[in-house]
Amino acid sequence: MNVAATPAKRGVRSVVWSTVAPFLGLLLVLAIFWLYGLIWKPDSVFLSGFRMALIAKQTAIVGMGALGMTVIIASGGIDLSVGSVLALTSVTLALSLKEGAGPALALALTVGAGVAAGLVNGILVTGLRLVPFIVTLGTMLVFRGLAEEVSSQNKIPAGAPDWMSTLLDPPAPGSVALVCRGVWIVVVLAVVLATVLRRTVFGTRVFAIGSNESAARLCGLPVAQTKIAVYALGGFFTALAGLFEFNNLNRQGDPTTRVGLELDVIAAVVIGGGSLNGGRGSVLGSLVGATMMTTLRNGCAFAEVGDPVQKIVVGVIIVAAVTIDQLRQRRRSE
Amino acid sequence: MPAPLLKMSGVSKRFGATRALEGVTFGVERGQVHALIGENGAGKSTLMKILAGVHAPDAGSMEVDGRPYAPTGPAAARAAGVAMIYQELSIAPDLSVEANVLLGRERSRAGFVRRAEQRRIAKEALSRLSHPDLDLRARAGDLPIALQQLVEIARALASEARVLVLDEPTSSLTREDAMRLFEVIRDLRAHGLGLVYISHFLEEVAQVSDVFSVLRDGEVVSSGVMSETTLDAIVRAMVGRELGEMFPHVPHVPGEPILEVRGLTGVRAPRGVDLVVRRGEILGLAGLVGAGRSELVRCIFGLDAVRSGSVRVVAVGPVGQAPRASIARGLGFVSEDRKGEGLALSLSIEDNLTMTRLEPYSRFGWLSLSRRRRSARDWMERVRCKARGPEQSIDALSGGNQQKIAIARLLHQDADVLLLDEPTRGIDVGTKAEIYRLVGDLAAQGKAIVLVSSYLPELMNVCDRIGVLSRGELRAVKPAGEWTEEDVMRCATASAPIEVRT
Repeated sequence: MNVAATPAKRGVRSVVWSTVAPFLGLLLVLAIFWLYGLIWKPDSVFLSGFRMALIAKQTAIVGMGALGMTVIIASGGIDLSVGSVLALTSVTLALSLKEGAGPALALALTVGAGVAAGLVNGILVTGLRLVPFIVTLGTMLVFRGLAEEVSSQNKIPAGAPDWMSTLLDPPAPGSVALVCRGVWIVVVLAVVLATVLRRTVFGTRVFAIGSNESAARLCGLPVAQTKIAVYALGGFFTALAGLFEFNNLNRQGDPTTRVGLELDVIAAVVIGGGSLNGGRGSVLGSLVGATMMTTLRNGCAFAEVGDPVQKIVVGVIIVAAVTIDQLRQRRRSE
Repeated sequence: MPAPLLKMSGVSKRFGATRALEGVTFGVERGQVHALIGENGAGKSTLMKILAGVHAPDAGSMEVDGRPYAPTGPAAARAAGVAMIYQELSIAPDLSVEANVLLGRERSRAGFVRRAEQRRIAKEALSRLSHPDLDLRARAGDLPIALQQLVEIARALASEARVLVLDEPTSSLTREDAMRLFEVIRDLRAHGLGLVYISHFLEEVAQVSDVFSVLRDGEVVSSGVMSETTLDAIVRAMVGRELGEMFPHVPHVPGEPILEVRGLTGVRAPRGVDLVVRRGEILGLAGLVGAGRSELVRCIFGLDAVRSGSVRVVAVGPVGQAPRASIARGLGFVSEDRKGEGLALSLSIEDNLTMTRLEPYSRFGWLSLSRRRRSARDWMERVRCKARGPEQSIDALSGGNQQKIAIARLLHQDADVLLLDEPTRGIDVGTKAEIYRLVGDLAAQGKAIVLVSSYLPELMNVCDRIGVLSRGELRAVKPAGEWTEEDVMRCATASAPIEVRT
């Protein structure tokens, strides 16, 4: 029995570690920029109210995308089309508002566009039995092209009621909300999603498929339907991120916005404990990962390192995160 | 007298608690074909892997040409002149014949491949195999299997191999191609190479080799000159062993038929298999690796593609080509590949146990985790699974306990027909006995069990009837009492009747 007990203990330890690790990463990033500020920019504070608001705003968008990506990655998939779908949905929203649709209808159309894009991804992955990486690499271009086509490659300003266009505005001074409503929406959806993943048949199936698709098929799980639903769910969250982006751009839809967002989102999920081999993913971790990614980008801006260096730093972080994931896997399999 | 070409003395290897090899002494001379014979699991592959440098022996020494030989990996083995031709060929299908022959030993100058020299070497190697006219630019994947195998042998020759190990080289060849391969082997022998020939097909072994060694349970139990022995003596050496109190007998009586298989034909195997299994019956399927036993049960379950034929569950109806439908009709399947497709290793015991049937614990898709946990704990007790609790990750369990969960899943799913593919492979003896008792209990409850196994004693002692497969065909089905182990081996190793091609 001793033989069986040892790896079990390690299992518990690795669970604790993978929950805590993303927080440590975030703290590390915060500490670095805070120290930087103390030493080289003593007259300004890194975590000023202004910067906090900026980070919150960015995190709402990346975090919303990361929610969907968490499910997709947990199911053993990947979605590279997030940035494009976000652009497509923000354009859909702006266009439908501009063409006179009511806010509710416009929102429905936006969510519909996101879900439809996810369905296309899911059906291609399962129907054609293609690798999700390749499918979504293709649809990344398709959806981006679509967004540019319907908008004639223009930014589309549109009027919108306050409730759907001030989601990322900082709360009134002295308000108990602390951060913009968008962040709270993400938090509420995260709680719902975490519950769905943990407590429903659907969630159980997602992890089963991601952990071992052959075993899931052998056990008679509806693998194809579940995967299609997973990508559709991803599209749903991306559409809401599109709504945020419309807020972020001051009531505009922009077909060229957020190229490369998928990398931040995937990095957020992996930093948060998601495994690119599937079967693992944590909603909480992904949100922490998303916060880390946006803090990093803001911190780079704060440190005035410029765009090229910022790219290098983010790139290094992504590789480092995936390396850590691989090391975890390897230790696990030994 | 010069030192033997290859000499292994006192080689031992353990994997955890399992003894794979114990004090094995084995060798091959120049110009000799040495047959290595043994049942599945006797230790042949471990011996090969040690030769190839995949595993290091725990004890013992090896010499090639009188020099110490301790390969650190396949590349080192090849550099020392030892080449392996595995059953699963390692051809790069998209590369040309020439590139395949020179794979890993490309001739180059400043990074540029020296095509002329490569062509010469490839041509020379292929001429030695009497195929000088094989198109060097052909895509290797387009060649028939027999020629792909020759390309691999040519690769060994191009790397100046002196010891050539052939693992089940004829298993996927037609009879004529096998005969041609034997010509090649004799030719290589005449050129002074030492060959190790591993095969289950005893008649072929007798045809092609000079000396033999029989491995059983990791030890060499018999060796000698081929012409001075009989096939019967070799078969006896392969199977002869003591059977302890390993097989608890649970009384059970076969009842009415429940599973009917008619003319089932898959892509490679099975071929035209007819089979009826009754309630309360344990049917064993014997055969060599690659005989099509796994493919048969996989086709029955709808995991592998079926070309023709039908599978019916009596009183329920025909089984379609999807596991989901098979499960709904009362079939259950335990895969031989526990890690690959049997279990989701990163999930918990309860996740794995209830994966097929979550309905009892869910309402409108919402799971009751506490009820599921109670039920999982219940099933764990019934199969006597030793673990801390249902929430424990399944990869922390021993292989035997994992297998109990895999079987418990079928019971939880309430399957009437249990298809078990090698359920006791890699499991310690005590747990094996527990699984036999479980299988007996299930038969006593009226379940039908199809048990695929490479371990003959378990088939002989656990099953009511045994069917023997060879090259995809079900050769014979008889009550277990009417078989002897020798009969089963003979039936399984009999080469297929020569096919007439039109």
